[in-house]
Amino acid sequence: MKYLFLLKANIKRKKIRTFLTLGSYFAAFLLFGLLAAIQSAFHQGVDVAGANRLVVANKTSLIMPLPLSYKEKIAQISGGKNVTFASWFGGYYQDPKNFFAQMAVDSETYFDVYKEFKVDKNQFLNFLKDRQGCVIGKKTAEKYGFKIGDRIPIIASIWGGVWEFNLRAIYTGTKPEDDLTQFLFHASYLEERRAWGKGMVGWYIVETKSPDLTYSVSKEIDRKFSNSSYETKTDTEKAFALGFVKQIGNIELIILSIGAIVFVTLLLVTSNTMEISVRERSGEIAVLKTIGFSDKLLYFLTISESLFYSLSGGLLGMLTAKLFTLKGDPTGGFLPAFYVSSNQFALGMFLIIFFGFLSGALPAYRVYKLKIVDALGRI
Amino acid sequence: MVNVNGKNGARSLIQARNLDKIYTRGEEEIHCLSGLNLDVEKGEFIAFMGPSGSGKTTLLNLLGGLDKPTRGSIVANDIEITSLSENMLAQWRAENVGFVFQMYNLLPVLTAYQNVEIPLLLTSLSKKEREEHIMAALELTNIVDRKDHYPSQLSGGQQQRVSIARAIVSNPLFLLCDEPTGDLDRKSGDEVMTLLKNLSEQLNITVLMVTHDPKAAEAADTILHLEKGVLIEGKTVK
Repeated sequence: MKYLFLLKANIKRKKIRTFLTLGSYFAAFLLFGLLAAIQSAFHQGVDVAGANRLVVANKTSLIMPLPLSYKEKIAQISGGKNVTFASWFGGYYQDPKNFFAQMAVDSETYFDVYKEFKVDKNQFLNFLKDRQGCVIGKKTAEKYGFKIGDRIPIIASIWGGVWEFNLRAIYTGTKPEDDLTQFLFHASYLEERRAWGKGMVGWYIVETKSPDLTYSVSKEIDRKFSNSSYETKTDTEKAFALGFVKQIGNIELIILSIGAIVFVTLLLVTSNTMEISVRERSGEIAVLKTIGFSDKLLYFLTISESLFYSLSGGLLGMLTAKLFTLKGDPTGGFLPAFYVSSNQFALGMFLIIFFGFLSGALPAYRVYKLKIVDALGRI
Repeated sequence: MVNVNGKNGARSLIQARNLDKIYTRGEEEIHCLSGLNLDVEKGEFIAFMGPSGSGKTTLLNLLGGLDKPTRGSIVANDIEITSLSENMLAQWRAENVGFVFQMYNLLPVLTAYQNVEIPLLLTSLSKKEREEHIMAALELTNIVDRKDHYPSQLSGGQQQRVSIARAIVSNPLFLLCDEPTGDLDRKSGDEVMTLLKNLSEQLNITVLMVTHDPKAAEAADTILHLEKGVLIEGKTVK
């Protein structure tokens, strides 16, 4: 602590440079935090995937439906616990920009399989009783100011017309990464109103009795429907979600690559600034050595200065990113799980310290090796 | 009594024996010091004079443990400093040597008080104890009223007094002064030399000073001349 005033004096020496150095770290780690949030959003489905959930889709393509009659047949397969289904609705609220996922679900069983979604018991009963009832995630409800009892018109892009729903329940999650943007309504209502595709569903979700059974149950389901008109492809929910990520993987890779390059460049600039700062002070460092400061002590002080810059600027950047992401998805629905997880925050802190050391290491080594007589020009 | 013939059998405060210092510049060898001997007793004030390139500063570097001789040994207060590691040497400098430079070499971002505090950071003194030492040093050098000023707010003479306060604050065995008046006007130079003289007499501090200025050298007890890396028996002023 007694060396603190030396550190403070060096930091205050060139205020603009200090400000810019802190700004570089701030920008780098703000960028890191936002990229981490984007990555969270891309991987949301993977992260929240249940370990014992299987998704059964049409083998040809996800957009091809499966017969409703498969539900009973799948339920008979040994190892399965709960079976539910869902169908993509694909509408929008008032304006096509107001995007959130709408799905017609088997309302009696859907929440048995997705236990992480929590719904008030009375609200849920009201939902079951209302043919036009719907359940909305908390985030979407907050975003559009929906309240229980509201009548919500959804313009159906696929099925045509305006479909009206009554908001009967709002679900919450158990983890920060849970998707609280979905709009769920009775599959029976879709079945009743649509003009075509009757008797078909989008995909099934099967909860197995144990994660160990997912492989055998998925094989059994696909075997059961092989050589039928609607062959199935069953994956774990994680694999299913990863398939989605891979479809948009290149976009993610491009965003993350550009971000990473900018991030590293900012850190190189910061490291260079630290190097210049130390070089300018070589005379003073030689004086300190003359007085009796050891090479190791000066190495430590130089690293401490570098760590101050990285910790101050970097932490501020990470906290700003965290604060920014607390407001939720900035894209209006494309990145529903836009948040910095605690693991990503911890990684950010590790990188802050790592780059603090790294950018200080070379200048500190120069300090360590500096010869007094050379620096003072005393030969 | 200072001795340069290397025949003083008794242990002096500083004892240099057969010092050689050779620098190489490309293929050329530059002999800065050649077989130099020196014995200095405690409390002596010695001025080293000589033409440029005679090895004065090199000698000061070696005596202060800033550089190592090519050959020979230096024993200061019974410690052979020429055999110490870099770390040990740094610790030895912190405990035993005060440096006064021609250009003062104060840290520009620190106040006079903070500059004087620097050597005490290497001790185990508490903040209160450090403050007592700093104030005592600033009073001795008559610069207390400027303690909160930065070097850029001080005159050359005042900066040099802060520099001397920094050199004596940890109560070193001896002071090494390299042209302490070289960058000062006559009046300020005289004040600095009077201060060094008083410190030597009142506190019994050993002072080894390199100077080009004969008037400054007159403040010393003994003036030694260096020529081509060899010390020549000098004159005793008093």
